[in-house]
Amino acid sequence: MNPTTALTSTTLETGTAEPIQFVTADGDITALGRRFGIDIELSRQLFRDMFLARRFDSEAYSLQRQGELGLWLQCAGQEAAQVGSIRALRDSDHVFPSYREHAVVLARGVTPGQLLAQWRGVTHSGWDPAEHHLHFYSLVLGTQTLHATGYAMGVKLDGTDEVTTVYFGDGAASQGDVNEALNWAAAGHVPVLFFCQNNQWAISTPTTLQQGAPLHQRASGFGLESYHVDGNDALAVHAVTSQAAAAVRSGRGPALIEARTFRMAGHSTSDDPSRYRTEHEVKEWADRDPLTRLERLLRREGTPEDFFDDLEAEAAILAQNTREACHALASPDLADLFDHVYAEPHPLMHLERTRYLAHNERMQEA
Amino acid sequence: MSDTTTLTLGKALNTALHRAMTDDPSVVLMGEDIGTLGGVFRITDGLQAEFGTQRVIDTPLTEAGIVGTAIGLALRGYRPVCEIQFDGFIYPAFDQIVSQLAKMRARAEGRVKLPVVIRVPVGGGIGAVEHHSESNEAYFAHTAGLRVVSCSNPADAYRMLRAAIASDDPVIFYEPKRRYWEKGEVRLDEPPSALGGAQVLREGTDCVLVAHGPTVSTALAASDAAAEDGVSVGVIDLRSVSPLDTATLERCAERAGRMVVVHEASTFLGIGAEIAAAVSEACFYSLEAPVLRVGAYNLPYPPAKVEDEFLPDVDRVLEAVERSLHF
Repeated sequence: MNPTTALTSTTLETGTAEPIQFVTADGDITALGRRFGIDIELSRQLFRDMFLARRFDSEAYSLQRQGELGLWLQCAGQEAAQVGSIRALRDSDHVFPSYREHAVVLARGVTPGQLLAQWRGVTHSGWDPAEHHLHFYSLVLGTQTLHATGYAMGVKLDGTDEVTTVYFGDGAASQGDVNEALNWAAAGHVPVLFFCQNNQWAISTPTTLQQGAPLHQRASGFGLESYHVDGNDALAVHAVTSQAAAAVRSGRGPALIEARTFRMAGHSTSDDPSRYRTEHEVKEWADRDPLTRLERLLRREGTPEDFFDDLEAEAAILAQNTREACHALASPDLADLFDHVYAEPHPLMHLERTRYLAHNERMQEA
Repeated sequence: MSDTTTLTLGKALNTALHRAMTDDPSVVLMGEDIGTLGGVFRITDGLQAEFGTQRVIDTPLTEAGIVGTAIGLALRGYRPVCEIQFDGFIYPAFDQIVSQLAKMRARAEGRVKLPVVIRVPVGGGIGAVEHHSESNEAYFAHTAGLRVVSCSNPADAYRMLRAAIASDDPVIFYEPKRRYWEKGEVRLDEPPSALGGAQVLREGTDCVLVAHGPTVSTALAASDAAAEDGVSVGVIDLRSVSPLDTATLERCAERAGRMVVVHEASTFLGIGAEIAAAVSEACFYSLEAPVLRVGAYNLPYPPAKVEDEFLPDVDRVLEAVERSLHF
């Protein structure tokens, strides 16, 4: 097949019962994908991002098992949803992640050390939101959907055209905050893009116990332009996100994308998913792996072996950098934390900091 | 220049909002029914007509949404001033206030600022139905990252609201709803100052009362009554509940040797308990009696017909002063 680089003007449908798919699990291009057009150069870029994110994720998992991180939440299986969406946005579009969007965070130029710092317990954040147009992780589920909506109200007041984008999951979608954000954004015509990674499981609770109707249908009821996409198909996610973001940017109000994907690992390193889901289910999703399918496509389209060899070498370096950066992360000084709570002078902060330092001094003398 | 005028407390707040919006285009107001209606207490009256629907925002009916989106606006560089319609309706926003607004600056190691003001009409005394008369300052004062202030008169209402809006920290701003219609002199030409500490309204040599918000008038009336009996009772208007102005509290406690804290909130684990502990520790050898507390009983706010008995009044304050004097 001749790789098509010029994307067609095909408009993707909202609210499809079956998720929009360009590339099957076997790496075959669907009729819709063919009609839309497959960009091989883009495919390689997305594959590279996903490949590196998976290697980073796996390295972080090992670091947790070695006792170097307190906790790790793997993103394995969700790379296409994350990479496909973030690469369809502009670098200036402010993004609010949840806490598993490691591929998004790496794509925004945050270093492995900055990303791991929170999980090593040396900080509650790790990077400067302004530098990367990327808010830090939010651990209270769904809270960030309201922050993103407010941020986007500010964008609208400023009269600029950034598309504020917020990530959350199927479990978080049960929270009041998420539903309030969807309603608020629709009522106020706020330029915000909601991106839900439906990874089927909220720790041990399946999506079937979480919602009576698919989120994309619910969002449509709220008045949002709403898409349903195969979240393991990076090209489809990229295309859908591009179209949704363009609509939001043009002033058509908020949009939502529900990406159907799967969390291949446990919720976190403290979780044992074998207690609540079957090997059969995991195997089914392993067969739909986002990296495997894109690799099949790329090989079929004649991508040279060098590309994969170089990527493997790059990933090995990333893994080593990740280990070194993790080991180098130093604990904060508790005394400094008193300075970060308030922007302006605060007598209690001053008093308690003084007491803390005096206590330390006495302990050292003793 | 004597740009001094007589305003009700409510109008002083309205004037402060008008001034802040005029001076700083990043100030936006948001809340339920604050636009065309001007708020249920009319504190935002006329502001939407002047500044437009983009800066005076009638929000959907969601307190979590109001505070959550205010956080986003602040991250974008705006200075949102939120109105929570009644004290008892703030709880749906509790998570956004306590887990997000209060902690986000510390979480970010100072890399973000959250200049958000949350205005709350507070307290009882207006014969309202349930959830419309609560005093919940202790919940927020307990949380690091928030400033909690409480105004008692028109001059402070104007000065303190402008200071709260100018502050780069989140501020819970309590307005004594039963005092909205009380009048006082307001100096309009003052530049916005920093959120100040306590104000000594009356020096006392026998005992000193500490009050904030709606109970300041009660404390002053009790002080007047005591003076008729030849007892010198001072009055401190706390103004800031968090941080506490412990220096002023300690100075007055040392002088009078006796202190009574008066607030509308129930006394159990209330602000009075913290003041009593702090003053006892700092002024132990100057005190003639333990610091006493007068507040509401530890009941859910009662039906309106009995709220006068539930809330601290002049008689209960005087009884506490008497107890302190004879301890």
